[in-house]
Amino acid sequence: MLYFSKLRILFISIFSFLFILIASSNLFKAGDSFFNKKINLGLDLQGGSYLLLEIDNKPVIEQKLQNFTTILRNYFKDKDIKINNIKIINQNIFFNVLDKNKQVVIDVFEDENSDINPYYPRFKSHQLIIEDVGLNFKVSFTKQGLIALKTSSQDQAIEIVRRRIDEVGTNEPNILKRGNNRILVELPGLDDPMRIKSLLGKTANLTFRFVTNNDDSFGVDKLKYEDGVEEAYVSKRIIISGDNLLDAQPKMDTQTNQTIVSFSLDRVGAKRFGKATSNGIGRQLAIVLDGKIISAPVIRDTIASGSGQISGGFTFQSATDLALLLRSGALPAPLNIIEERTVGPDLGQDSINAGIIALAIGFLLVIIFMFVKYKIFGLITNITLIINLFILLGILTLFEATLTLPGIAGIILTVGMAVDANVLIFERIKEELKDEKNNILAFDSGYTKSRTAIIDANITTLLAAVILFFMGSGPVKGFSVTLGVGIFTTLFSVYFIARLLTSIYVSKNKNKEKLIQ
Amino acid sequence: MIAFNKYYNHFNLFSSILVIVSLILLTFKGLNFGIDFKGGTLIELRSSDSKVNVSSLRDKFSQMNLGDVSVKKFGNDTDFLIKFENKDDKKNIIEEIKANLENSYGNNFNFRRVENVGPKVSEELLKSGVIAISLSLAAMLFYIWIRFEWQFSLGAILALFHDVIVTLGVFSLFSFEINLSIIAAVLTIVGYSMNDTVVIFDRVRENLRKYSDIKIFELTNISINETLSRTIITSATTLLALLAIYFFGGEILKGFSLAMILGVVFGTYSSIYIANTVLVRLRVSQRTVLREDDNK
Repeated sequence: MLYFSKLRILFISIFSFLFILIASSNLFKAGDSFFNKKINLGLDLQGGSYLLLEIDNKPVIEQKLQNFTTILRNYFKDKDIKINNIKIINQNIFFNVLDKNKQVVIDVFEDENSDINPYYPRFKSHQLIIEDVGLNFKVSFTKQGLIALKTSSQDQAIEIVRRRIDEVGTNEPNILKRGNNRILVELPGLDDPMRIKSLLGKTANLTFRFVTNNDDSFGVDKLKYEDGVEEAYVSKRIIISGDNLLDAQPKMDTQTNQTIVSFSLDRVGAKRFGKATSNGIGRQLAIVLDGKIISAPVIRDTIASGSGQISGGFTFQSATDLALLLRSGALPAPLNIIEERTVGPDLGQDSINAGIIALAIGFLLVIIFMFVKYKIFGLITNITLIINLFILLGILTLFEATLTLPGIAGIILTVGMAVDANVLIFERIKEELKDEKNNILAFDSGYTKSRTAIIDANITTLLAAVILFFMGSGPVKGFSVTLGVGIFTTLFSVYFIARLLTSIYVSKNKNKEKLIQ
Repeated sequence: MIAFNKYYNHFNLFSSILVIVSLILLTFKGLNFGIDFKGGTLIELRSSDSKVNVSSLRDKFSQMNLGDVSVKKFGNDTDFLIKFENKDDKKNIIEEIKANLENSYGNNFNFRRVENVGPKVSEELLKSGVIAISLSLAAMLFYIWIRFEWQFSLGAILALFHDVIVTLGVFSLFSFEINLSIIAAVLTIVGYSMNDTVVIFDRVRENLRKYSDIKIFELTNISINETLSRTIITSATTLLALLAIYFFGGEILKGFSLAMILGVVFGTYSSIYIANTVLVRLRVSQRTVLREDDNK
């Protein structure tokens, strides 16, 4: 056990040196470093905002079902089947047909090549399921249909979220999917997420619709103005929507000295807008954003240029934000912020300082303790411990792992527990030396006999770390990473570095009595 | 050699009382869950105006109609931790509070940390925390079951439950906050407690094979003594590291390091006075380990 070949010694030395180099690359500024990887600091250390958004898919589901009722009617109309009493209750469509047509309808829904009900061969499921509930048919989304719908609205939403955050221009945002209806946003360095929160809180669904006077409920919405007091009846027919916008910018209207948002339309939008403005001179055109009327100017002239402007008592900031929202597009569904954690940069720096001081003091205490207790073997343990720390930091650097405050605690804890293996070995050697007078043999069996205990001890800690890694979230995950990686680096440094140093010392002091105390 | 075995019965009784008291506390007083598990809003404030104190802040916040607000000093005199439930889930609550504070005290506040956990998320976090702890206990159970004879497994598991229950009992008694980092601490305690027990058990089993004429009562004592300096040294270095985190690692890690310190102390104690006494009570003998060897 104590013999090391030259090659092995060389390997261990190179390996240790390499990790010391890699770990120390964190001390240099990016760019002038010989090695461009670095440990990432978690949001709790560098400051920043963590937002968890949940997509409220209810309106999307209802919209889809609403659209589907039209498809359903038209499809069966062509087949001379009349769909009666169609209505939507609690995300279910109810309708009935004549008894003789019932089977035809069911067959259409259950056909794998159905024109109106997509089939997902991979999941052996349709999008919609039809049930005969006595007098009526009930149509609702299947589990797979809901998943497909959620996934697609998540795909759209994450794209829009990304665009909006990019427009604001924070550094290196991290935008990820979570589950099938959540989006996680990490914004390093951002200490006041208010603006981003308000930008993400808006669906930004823009429509241009005519104001009407008749108040029949069908085809007309009763909408409030932004001030929340005045109301107007607005046609459901959409002239143009946010999809037709090519660009939107905040501007100063030189005539009225008001801040406005000017926009330009795509070809289709421009054509429709031109037609509407020429037919509707004298009428009010309402500009509706997320169900509220921003303004409803009276059309004075035909606008054929495909560009226009929105005024509505904006400040420069609100105009800038509206333009940004319009440029980045509408969210498919509203987003709710269900979890928010923001750490200011000075608290982050304080945490880094506290973590480093705690690490230094913890390290120092352990080193002094070990030296006092084991003298020369304490020194060996301490050298091992230092190299162990470098290898641990080196691995975290290599994988560009995220270091959090609990992560630093994990490193300190690793320092405290790392000596365990060496202690187990040294204590065993002491016992062996009671009966065995040959130093080398005693050391050899000390290493061998302590091995099962060491492996047991490390496996139990590793199990805890692995479970924490998969179940934990955020900063706590960082703890499991350093604790888990620490176990491997500890085993390496104990069985290679410490053993190498021990073997050198022991073979030089073969005949010394009371070698270890 | 220290006669640990002289006090087996005393400490068994002591531990039973500890566990029962802890269970009573956990059942009737319960745990003080932080916003991670209860939902709500947390604000860490730093004031540059030395006149601001807890009671004036408390008055101010109680006027803001936030429901049950807790205001506490956090670390030093200028830092405050404010927690409330945010039942109505108001979206711009932080902005409102900022404006409100500015009105009465001027612009003297730094919002160092803001956390807002919705009810759905806190429920999920609690669930995954409970699953994580149960899973780690199950993993240890499985590991010890394949490594040792059942008598040993039972001893280790009892020690493990003892450590977790008593640590949580202390947290309940002093109403220390339970947050995500406490879950991490509990998992680490589980690992540490098991580690400590396994080292002694390893020695007990070795000695059982070696000596056929020594009774388990004596044998456990020999094994404890043989591994004692290791037990003390490892606990000492781990505690030194944890004390460094507790005193110098900042306010945020205080609860975490405290839980770990308790866990290490209980873990060390229980490997000696619970795990081993189970072996004695189950009358483990050389036959127990030799039979296992035959099966292999």
